[in-house]
Amino acid sequence: MNALITITRREFAGYFSTPLAFVFIIVFLLANGLATFYLGAYFAVGQADLTNFFMFHPWLYLFFLPAISMRLWAEERRNGSIELLLTLPVPLSAIVVGKYLAALGFSTLALMLTFPIWLTVNYLGDPDNGVILASYLGSIMLAGGYLAIGSCLSALTRNQVIAFVISVVACFLFTVSGAPLVLELFQSWAPQALVETLASFSLLTHFRAITTGVIDARDVMFFATLIGVFLTATVIVVDMKKGEGA
Amino acid sequence: MIEIDRLVKKFGDFTAVNDLSFSVERGQVMGFLGPNGAGKSTTMKMITGFLRPTSGTARIMGLDICDTPLEAQTHLGYLPEGAPAWPDMTPRAFLEFIIRIRGLDKMAARQALGRAIDMTELHGVLDQPIDTLSKGFRRRVGLAQAIVHDPDVLIMDEPTDGLDPNQKFQVRRAIEEMSEHKAIVISTHILEEVDAICSQAMIIDRGEIVAEGTPSQLAARSRYHGAVTLTLDTDLKTKAGQVLTALPNTHIEVTTRGDETSLHIFAGPGGLEPTALLAQVRECMSEQSIAPRALALETGRLDDVFGELTRKARPAAPCYDRPAAPRYEEANS
Repeated sequence: MNALITITRREFAGYFSTPLAFVFIIVFLLANGLATFYLGAYFAVGQADLTNFFMFHPWLYLFFLPAISMRLWAEERRNGSIELLLTLPVPLSAIVVGKYLAALGFSTLALMLTFPIWLTVNYLGDPDNGVILASYLGSIMLAGGYLAIGSCLSALTRNQVIAFVISVVACFLFTVSGAPLVLELFQSWAPQALVETLASFSLLTHFRAITTGVIDARDVMFFATLIGVFLTATVIVVDMKKGEGA
Repeated sequence: MIEIDRLVKKFGDFTAVNDLSFSVERGQVMGFLGPNGAGKSTTMKMITGFLRPTSGTARIMGLDICDTPLEAQTHLGYLPEGAPAWPDMTPRAFLEFIIRIRGLDKMAARQALGRAIDMTELHGVLDQPIDTLSKGFRRRVGLAQAIVHDPDVLIMDEPTDGLDPNQKFQVRRAIEEMSEHKAIVISTHILEEVDAICSQAMIIDRGEIVAEGTPSQLAARSRYHGAVTLTLDTDLKTKAGQVLTALPNTHIEVTTRGDETSLHIFAGPGGLEPTALLAQVRECMSEQSIAPRALALETGRLDDVFGELTRKARPAAPCYDRPAAPRYEEANS
């Protein structure tokens, strides 16, 4: 436990040792604002809620989060510090989870900094803050899912650019499988069960369910399982590389 | 303290380490020698638990690195090749991280930090990011990281590589200071280092041990062992050469460097004892009233042994006219 906390703290502090963290947060907030007000036509809709704000999160995260997760392992490998890290008397799982939690903490911080929009909507009208809270939690879970996928793929390579690209593609597939456009493509010919299975693997489907304000145990289980599976896969990949000598 | 038990590492078809066994006790400094790609780093990575051996294992303080890696690693300090660290951290933050993760309590932590900093003389750079430090300081940060928890076993992959002579001296002195209470393995391809700090040495080539012993035992395997080296003005080369070729059952090799020439006089099989040979050379010189710059009995040359052992069977290597193998058997006996 001590090791887990120590690793999480070091990793989290690591984000702020370069200006990169601040650049990331600023660009993330700008992109969020642009998406909400411009693409989402926030004012034109004339509703005091944050539906148009959360609606774009899966698509924003698709590019922003692989940019965080790409360095998790690829950079350690390139830097050689992985050798240091893996010869410390610390269980591999603590390192994997510690790194992951730091990344999740950082992305949560970036998300929390969108609070002015919450203040705005409360000033303009009388929104359902319960729904907004659920949506924020859903957004964190969504980020958790993307980061877990990214962590696993980052462990496969020493090249951060490759890690980024394959993470975007993987996250895209896990998102798009629930998009109406894709589902309609299948609906015309595939049995309903297949369409539902496909949709159920999508982060988008579960995220949308939560943003309606209902935190269903099944949606939470989905994210928990997804994160668990990909973090376990990360442990396996890193351990496998020990045998290969890469 | 360290037992290496039949370690094998294969990468696909390539055998990087082939059936390596040795042990290092407390107070010993084992010098791990070998050309690049001989398997030194791979072996160290397996001892420290970074790489999984194809077969065989290593035991640290009796703890198997494959079965009980975390327990074994608590006794280990490891300086990986190139002394990697996290470039954005300062040495202070880096060492505090290592101390915390190794679970030292508060009192011990403060002492440990102070001792490691003293030993590696990092005082002046503690709060500068590591990537702004010179190579020498970075290496010392790596060394501090390896010794901060006062481990029983210290594994260092080329601890002085790329340092200037003063820095090398400092690192060697630090290793010497610690060596009494620890079992230490260092890899190097700097042969003078082996003479300077190692109590034991081992030459490996293509994953196999080709020679082991104390540095002087290894040096004694050199063909120069027992030879007499006479150094004189180049002008006197011909005169001295004529006199010395008259000695029975010897042969001479000459190397000239500017105005200085060295003649190496080797006794032939069944020839004179080294000391007798020396006496005879000295006598010849005084008879001819040649004043040598230096006259010495060779104890052997490590670089010569290293070169012969690690080059002899390589197909691309230059051909040696001397039969290599039997000579070592003679030297052994």
